[in-house]
Amino acid sequence: MSVTLQLPNVLSRLAGGARTLSSEGGTLADVVGDVSRRFPELGPRLRDEKGELYPFVTIYLNDEDVRFLGGFSAPVRDGDVVTVVPAVAGG
Amino acid sequence: MTTTASGPALTHEEALRYSRHLILPEVGVPGQLKLRQAKVLLVGAGGLGSPLALYLAAAGVGTLGLVDFDLVDLSNLQRQILHGTGDVGRSKLESARRRIADVNPHVRLDTYETRLAADNALDLIRGHDLVVDGTDNFATRYLVNDACVLLGVPNVYGSIFRFEGQASVFATKDGPCYRCLFPKPPPAGLVPSCAEGGVLGVLPGLVGTIQATEALKLLLGAGEPLIGRLLLVDALTMQFRTVRVRKDPACPACGTREITELREEATACEAPGQAEEPVPELGPRQLAARLARRDDLLLVDVREPHEWEICRLPGAELIPLGTIPDAAQGLPRDRELVVYCKGGARSARAVRFLRRQGFDRVLNLTGGITRWSEEVDPAVPRY
Repeated sequence: MSVTLQLPNVLSRLAGGARTLSSEGGTLADVVGDVSRRFPELGPRLRDEKGELYPFVTIYLNDEDVRFLGGFSAPVRDGDVVTVVPAVAGG
Repeated sequence: MTTTASGPALTHEEALRYSRHLILPEVGVPGQLKLRQAKVLLVGAGGLGSPLALYLAAAGVGTLGLVDFDLVDLSNLQRQILHGTGDVGRSKLESARRRIADVNPHVRLDTYETRLAADNALDLIRGHDLVVDGTDNFATRYLVNDACVLLGVPNVYGSIFRFEGQASVFATKDGPCYRCLFPKPPPAGLVPSCAEGGVLGVLPGLVGTIQATEALKLLLGAGEPLIGRLLLVDALTMQFRTVRVRKDPACPACGTREITELREEATACEAPGQAEEPVPELGPRQLAARLARRDDLLLVDVREPHEWEICRLPGAELIPLGTIPDAAQGLPRDRELVVYCKGGARSARAVRFLRRQGFDRVLNLTGGITRWSEEVDPAVPRY
């Protein structure tokens, strides 16, 4: 089961400069847990201390906001794309 | 000349000026008259506001309201193409007025030289057909959103950071709002601003023109606006994609409608960024003791002027966080500096900046003026 995690430029430096990471797992929590183990600085940017979604970082599974798919318990399938979209305020 | 509900017919001059619109079936004379009747409020005359104001004026939007309180700074010109080198030091609104009058003298420009805030947002927005959000901080973005939801005025959203941007259309009748996408802003100090993190100069051009396009589509009733969709723009990979934004039934603004009045979110600007190193601090009681024994300290208040109006520490100097880089060279290096803000987060960033500039005797007031009020002087109002 290979899932692609896409990171914004601002977070990529916490993943060794990579904009996309490949991961495995049955749920979004598995994927986030896996990349957090590989890149310890990235983990706290993806989920809060309780392991929950931040209200200012929206995570998409394919094109759907995971808040509407059960959050981190959302099941992932081979070929899925997870995209991290942080709130930005520049203008 | 005939006059209709859309006002007088187009003059010969207008017909020629807008001829490339008039021959588009999606615009035509009726569409152009709609644009001329339209009132659009632009919040911010900066990076996003520049292409927005220029293109919406050129397109013939009849009334443009422009909200900004800033002066043109040399560091703006890398991206804020509404302003020129000769405008440095002028108010952005004055600069915008000159430029827009030249682009299209038919446009009525209403300028509001103020900071959009909880106590004026509804009055500023009311009466407009659309709001276009070109602000540069989370607090104002949430105010714009909440006010648009309360008033039922669509909000054409755009936001940028470094090489990436976002655009969407919020607060339409049945569509989602900004809080459906991001329920709450990040806490103050978590993330760097464009002033700290940088922004590619052309990026607000890309995203601002997308906002202008959406604004025109909404006014014309043409095409498929970005309602319920978030456009993600990545200038480095030059990839554009859209993801879905659902209307959240639990959204306090547009879902449950529990937000019935405006309140400013306690936050600094910005986006998830860097973990930050600790800074040297002193507590309010320590500061009070040192002031009592007349230590030579310079108090630097990095809050915004409207907060300074609410309360301040005696003898402090107001240098809002965004102006610290410019003001730093004027600060004394032979005195100890104590930097404060409301709660200590913004001032910590100022302390970090100043230390990087070689100021080694600079301390952050722990807990800011709020804790000063709690621990030292309750006569200082908290807010």
